[in-house]
Amino acid sequence: MNTPSNAIPGFPAGSQAAAPAVSSSMRPFYWSIRRELWEYRVLYLAPLMAAALLLLAVLVRTIVERYHMHGVLPADPAQRFLPHQHFELAAALIMGVGLLVGLYYTLDALYGERRDRSILFWKSLPVSDLTAVLAKLTIPLVVVPVLTFVIAVAAGIIMLMLGSVVLLGSGVRISELWTNSSFFYVALLWFYHLLLVHGLWYAPIYGWLLLVSAWSPRAPLVWAVLPPFVVCGVEKLAFNTTYALAWIQERFLGPSHSGMAGNASKNLAAELIPQHFFSEPGLWIGLAIAALLLLGTIRLRRYRGPI
Amino acid sequence: MACIDARGLRKSYGATVALDGVNLRVEEGRILGLIGPNGAGKTTALNAILGLTPYQGELRVLGRDPWSERDQLMRDVCFIADVAVLPRWMRVGQALDYVAGVHPRFDRSKAEGFLSRTSNALRQKIKKLSKGMVTQLHLALVMAIDARLLVLDEPTLGLDILFRKQFYDSLLTDYFDRSRTILVTTHQVEEIEHVLTDVMFINGGRIVLDCSMEELESRYLEVMVRPEQVAAARALKPIHERQVLGGSVLLFDRVDRQQLAALGDVRTPRIADLFVAVIGNQNGQAQGVAQ
Repeated sequence: MNTPSNAIPGFPAGSQAAAPAVSSSMRPFYWSIRRELWEYRVLYLAPLMAAALLLLAVLVRTIVERYHMHGVLPADPAQRFLPHQHFELAAALIMGVGLLVGLYYTLDALYGERRDRSILFWKSLPVSDLTAVLAKLTIPLVVVPVLTFVIAVAAGIIMLMLGSVVLLGSGVRISELWTNSSFFYVALLWFYHLLLVHGLWYAPIYGWLLLVSAWSPRAPLVWAVLPPFVVCGVEKLAFNTTYALAWIQERFLGPSHSGMAGNASKNLAAELIPQHFFSEPGLWIGLAIAALLLLGTIRLRRYRGPI
Repeated sequence: MACIDARGLRKSYGATVALDGVNLRVEEGRILGLIGPNGAGKTTALNAILGLTPYQGELRVLGRDPWSERDQLMRDVCFIADVAVLPRWMRVGQALDYVAGVHPRFDRSKAEGFLSRTSNALRQKIKKLSKGMVTQLHLALVMAIDARLLVLDEPTLGLDILFRKQFYDSLLTDYFDRSRTILVTTHQVEEIEHVLTDVMFINGGRIVLDCSMEELESRYLEVMVRPEQVAAARALKPIHERQVLGGSVLLFDRVDRQQLAALGDVRTPRIADLFVAVIGNQNGQAQGVAQ
C-alpha cells in the first residue's frame, strides 16, 4: 500500500477519470474526502492489517482442524471448520479497529491542521469551512463504516476460499462449506450495524470530538474526556443520580434494538427491521445534538487560526 | 474599482489595538510593499483582507466583504501566509491533484512547467524537501492560479539569498502583469525595493506612509553632507540624520533638489533608510536606530 494516491479502497483509481462525473459544486467536497484519506492512511491500513492477521489465524486453525480430523468426516463441515462465530469475531474485530481509528481521526482532524499550520494552506483555497468540516464528519460517519464493511466482507470471502483450499481432498464437500456458511447472512447484518450504529448512533460523539478538535488549544484528548467526566461527577455529588453516565454508556454501547453483532445472530430477521432503530427517540436526540455541535465546529474553524 | 479599499479599519485583541483606524486603497495592477516593525499590525491587516479575522470598519477586496463573502473571494485571491504551511505529509503530486481538484482557476500544466525547472519530484513527500524547495512548490502552485490578488506574508523568511532572489525574479517575470495585484510584507526590504510600485509603512496599527515609488523618489532625498556643511544642512530640517564613514547622511522630505545639491551628493534614499527615519522618528528615537 505504498501508492496511496491511486490505490485507495473505495475510490475509483485514476482521479481524472472520476472527476468530471462529480458536479462542480461537489468537487471541493470530493477532493476534501480524498485528501483526508491521503493524510490519515491509518483509516484503511489499520483495518487491512487487522484483517490480514485474522486471516492468518483462521488459516492456522483450519489446517490444525484438518490434521486432527483423522479421516472422520464431521456431520456439519461448515460448522466444524468455519463456524459463523469465526466470521463474527473477525468482523467485530475489524469493525472495532475501524471504530477506534475513526475516533482517533475525528479528534485529530481539526487539531492537526492547526498544529502543523497547514490550515493556512487549506484556507488559501476556495473550500468553505462548511465543506471542510462536513468532509471531516463524513469520514467517520460514512467512509470508515463502508471501508470496514468492504474489508470485513473481503476477509470473510478469503476465509472461505482459504478454508476450501485447505480442505480440498479431505473428503469434505467444498460446496457444502459455501452453501451452509452463515457468512452471507451475517454480512448484511454487519452493514446495517456499521452504517446505523457506527454512523448515525455515534454521530453526537463524532460531533463532540470534532468540536473539541477545532477548539482545543492543546491536548485535545484531555479536553474531550474531562468535561463528560466532570459532568458525571458533579451530577453524582449534587443529585446522587447517574443519568449523564447512563446516557454516555448508551451512546457507546448502542441502543437496545440496534442489533449489535454479539446478540443479533439469534434473531437476525427481527433485528434487520430498521423500524426499531428509527423509532428510537435517542437516535433523533443524538442527531440533533450532533447538528448543534457541527454548527459550533464550523464556526470555530472560521475563527481559529494556527496554534 | 480599487483592488483593496479600507476605511477606518480597526481590530483589537482585548486591550491591545492591532489596527487603529487604517485607511488604504490599492489599485489593480500594483505591487505594494507593506512594511512595518514586528507587532505593527501587518499580519492583522493581511488577515482582515483575506477574511481570516473579523474586523470593524469598512473593507472591500475586489468589491467584496472579505469576512462575509470569503468563499467567493478565495476564487480570486491567493496567499502564501508563511513559509512551510504546506502539509508535510503530502506528496508533491498530491498537492497538484488537490489544488487542481478544488480550484477552478488552477492550470496544472503551468504548475508542472514551473516545477520542472526545480528539482521537485512528484513522488516526493513535502517533509523531505528543503525549506527552499517547499517555497518553490508553493510558489509554483500559486502562480498557476489565475488570481487577481496575491498576498504574500514574509514569503522568503528563512531562505538563503539565492532562493530569495529567484523567488521575486520568477514572480515578476512569470506571473505579474498589469491586471494582477500583489501585496507583500517582508523584513528584507532591500530585496523587494526594485520590485515594488508602491510602498506603505505601518506602525502601531496605523499607516504612517503611503506613496508610489515615483512619488517617493520625487519627495525624499538623501544627501551625503561634507562635515563643514552639516550645520547648514541641518537648518533645512532633515527628518533623519545618520553618521557614515566620512560624513553624515541627512534625509529630507520635500526639500528642493538644487538646494540640496550644493551641500553634497544627492540621491534617492533606500526604503530601509526611509523606514528607519520615519518609524524611528515616530517611536521618538530620531537617531541611532538599529542599522
